[in-house]
Amino acid sequence: MNRRMVVYVVSIIMRVEAVVMVPPLIIAFVQKEYSAAYGFIWAIIALVGVSLLAYLVKPKKITIYAREGFMIVAMAWIVVSLFGALPFCISGSIPSYLDSLFETVSGFTTTGASILSNVEAMPMSLLWWRSFTHWLGGMGVLVFLLAIIPLTKNTGHSMNLLRAESPGPQVDKMTPRLHDSAKMLYAIYIGMTGILIIFLLAGGMPLFDSVTTAFGTAGTGGFAILNDSMASYSPYLQTVVGIFMLLFGVNFNIYYFLLLREFKKVLKNQELWLYIGIMAVSVVTITINILPYFDYLFGESLHQAFFQVSSIMTTTGFATANFDLWPQYSRTILVILMFLGACAGSTGGGIKIARVLLLGKTFVRDIKRLIRPRSVSLVHMNGNVVDDDTIRATQSFLAAYIFVGLISVIIIALDNFSLETTATSVVACMNNIGPGLDLVGPVGNYSMFSGLSKLVLSADMLIGRLEIFPMLMLFAPSMWRR
Amino acid sequence: MRIVIVGDGKVGSELSVQLSEEGHDIIVIDSNKSVLREAVEALDVMVVHGNGAALRVQTAADVAHSDLLIAATSADETNLLCCMLARKLGCPHTIARVRNMEYASQLFLMKEELGLSMYVNPELTAASEIFRMLQFPSFLQRDSFVKGRVEIVEFQIRDGSKLIGKKLSDLYRIAKVNVLVCAVERGDEVFIPDGNFMLQERDIVFVTASTTDLAKLIRNMDIYQRKIKAVMLIGGSRTAIYLARELLDAGINVKLIEKDEEKSMLLAEILPSATIILADGTEKGVLDAEGIEKTDAVVTLTNMDEENLIISMYADFVGVPKVVTKINRTEYYEVFRDKGIKSIVSPKELCSRDIVRYVRAMQNTLGNAVMTLHRIGQMEALEFHVDENICCVDITLKDLKLKKNILIACIIRGNRILIPKGNDTLENGDDIVVVTTVNRVISDLDEIFDESFLREVREGRI
Repeated sequence: MNRRMVVYVVSIIMRVEAVVMVPPLIIAFVQKEYSAAYGFIWAIIALVGVSLLAYLVKPKKITIYAREGFMIVAMAWIVVSLFGALPFCISGSIPSYLDSLFETVSGFTTTGASILSNVEAMPMSLLWWRSFTHWLGGMGVLVFLLAIIPLTKNTGHSMNLLRAESPGPQVDKMTPRLHDSAKMLYAIYIGMTGILIIFLLAGGMPLFDSVTTAFGTAGTGGFAILNDSMASYSPYLQTVVGIFMLLFGVNFNIYYFLLLREFKKVLKNQELWLYIGIMAVSVVTITINILPYFDYLFGESLHQAFFQVSSIMTTTGFATANFDLWPQYSRTILVILMFLGACAGSTGGGIKIARVLLLGKTFVRDIKRLIRPRSVSLVHMNGNVVDDDTIRATQSFLAAYIFVGLISVIIIALDNFSLETTATSVVACMNNIGPGLDLVGPVGNYSMFSGLSKLVLSADMLIGRLEIFPMLMLFAPSMWRR
Repeated sequence: MRIVIVGDGKVGSELSVQLSEEGHDIIVIDSNKSVLREAVEALDVMVVHGNGAALRVQTAADVAHSDLLIAATSADETNLLCCMLARKLGCPHTIARVRNMEYASQLFLMKEELGLSMYVNPELTAASEIFRMLQFPSFLQRDSFVKGRVEIVEFQIRDGSKLIGKKLSDLYRIAKVNVLVCAVERGDEVFIPDGNFMLQERDIVFVTASTTDLAKLIRNMDIYQRKIKAVMLIGGSRTAIYLARELLDAGINVKLIEKDEEKSMLLAEILPSATIILADGTEKGVLDAEGIEKTDAVVTLTNMDEENLIISMYADFVGVPKVVTKINRTEYYEVFRDKGIKSIVSPKELCSRDIVRYVRAMQNTLGNAVMTLHRIGQMEALEFHVDENICCVDITLKDLKLKKNILIACIIRGNRILIPKGNDTLENGDDIVVVTTVNRVISDLDEIFDESFLREVREGRI
């Protein structure tokens, strides 16, 4: 293990975090929120100080092999969360450090689960920081770093970082150079966020609301700056946010192909079609199911169903209605959508449609094999053969996912809440959604959980965002041996 | 530039390393998945799996929007087909590796139809490189610049040579021709020396001189070695055939040892005036019986690096004046040099050197100033063209501040070759040869100057 390299890259990430804390610091001064400014200043000093200390440990070799890649990604996310929590805590807005950490992890992992019951009381600078963590965590902290500097010059080592951080069963770069790929991803990301802000401004949303809402939507995070999430905004604004959530839940490679005018590749993408298909079926059936709740107004039902489905499936977690009160069919569908998640290579969480598709296809193939033991068949996806390594990795991902979920549920159960609360809190955190059902539903929050449960849920959020293995590897003894 | 390399074998991987280091975007196509996985791990390149001559694969690699396609698979036919297809798709430049002698000899007829910009034959290149080494046995390596008019040659100072203890500034008086020592290798270190540097025995010296002065240089510097009259080749590979032909044409006796019976029959058929010996060249008894200690030069050309090394070490041990070793694993280069194996030829490296030169020439038309590149041990020599964009013209060389470990080795002005002295200047239209120790990549002439010096010049203070 090249530990020096891990320390080196993490220290760079810390300096990047210090820099992105400057805009909220300026907001704090402009808005005369001096306690918040105090919090940011100390956080920046801590980040720069510690990163300078780490700077003394220069790496002897610039190499990142697979295990360093996982280690760097896991450590970077933990460190970024630990320090990102400081402004909340030092400013006194969230007095407990544990609560601040939960809020920050929830931000970076684009979960959007909050322990705050009154968001509107927060200083503007901290609201900005909360939403900005969504935006940065959505596309990835290390991808951001790779977009700024080509870390390992001509070697392919940085690819191990991208693999460890980007969601999905198969991670490929779109251009020959990783640096260019990372830049391209962020260019598309920034471009789409910009367009969203313009649409929101056009609908009469104030500038600050537009920018923070755009951050929350782009990262598919779900932190809103109003207590009732999106409910009090106009139907136009809700629709815009609903559509953009859907767009940010699509694999970004699709947008790259669109830019290259390779429409055939887009049309051939099976994940995209399954994503749209699942969403359409869910919207239609939920619309019919909730008609009685909206006085048989079809338009209103469709609007509410679409927004909620888009929000849950892309694992954003904005809400325009308290879907916890909806009929059982709709609630069940929404919980299932929580598991499925968005597309691979998007900013969304969950198991990912690509994995679901792959698992389904493997399942069909294995059934065929049982019927005809001598038949030879391969799993195809998007016109290519999927190799056995990828299939095996996907299956063990699912197994690990279930184990981690079950263990978390057992620990959360110690808090003695209803099964619905216990189970959906874990589901909502692991899949980076935010709201679950019952006590953690759209109008609830996570403040009533014990300290242990908050830690476990924070860990679940990180495990979910980094797709389990980087975090689990921290517990493998062979990872730490020299 | 965007470059597609088909076939990630010896030449392909060497090229992808060099070209990606020089800042090009590389896409590697290969039909072996595990090779590609290693490529992605080691280099910042994109990989495409499949047959490089298939339209589907070339479309996936976006050959149509690439600047160059290099086909270096093991099959000549595939390489040619790759190039034809690439040209049809709109790739402006294509390079194919063609090893088959019969194909290579008829390619000039079909270059247009096949859409080839250039073809390379690693074995042929290696053979002519070895031939050049045998022409002047005094030199360990030779590298030519400016279409063969200037050379950087490498020789070792023998025990008891009159050069020992001499300052480099006095060397001119001894050599009696214009020479410049551009690098000295002592032990593991390479120095770019100044005039006060003193030579020691066993130093390996790199000297720039005009090609026409080489013979005089050898005589005056006391490094003369007897002309080669008899050469022993071990291993009847393709390179051996090309080399034997050149040697025989030059009137040199060739003895070729090959252990395979069928192959040796074929060799006897192709090379009637050479002595073909059917025996295992790795056996000491065989080498002794064939009189290895009396021959002027030994060239090891078997397909196994290990065998070549053992034979070369033995030849060196019995005192053969000139030993040339063919080696594929160039990553151990320094180890081999340390063990006394100094004249090394690597077909894949030579071949990729030629291709890198072509790429640099292509870039040159895009405004970059580097023309050719030579790697000599730990040293790199680059040829630049000085044009009006360069700011440091009309400043005498002694006032020019270069970065550390960089030296201007030669100036070519029109028909004249100047071995630079302190009072010379760079002028618009010159070609210059710059020498540096390798670990930095220079792609533009301005990069050789000290940065603060360059700033001062730009601001007009000097």
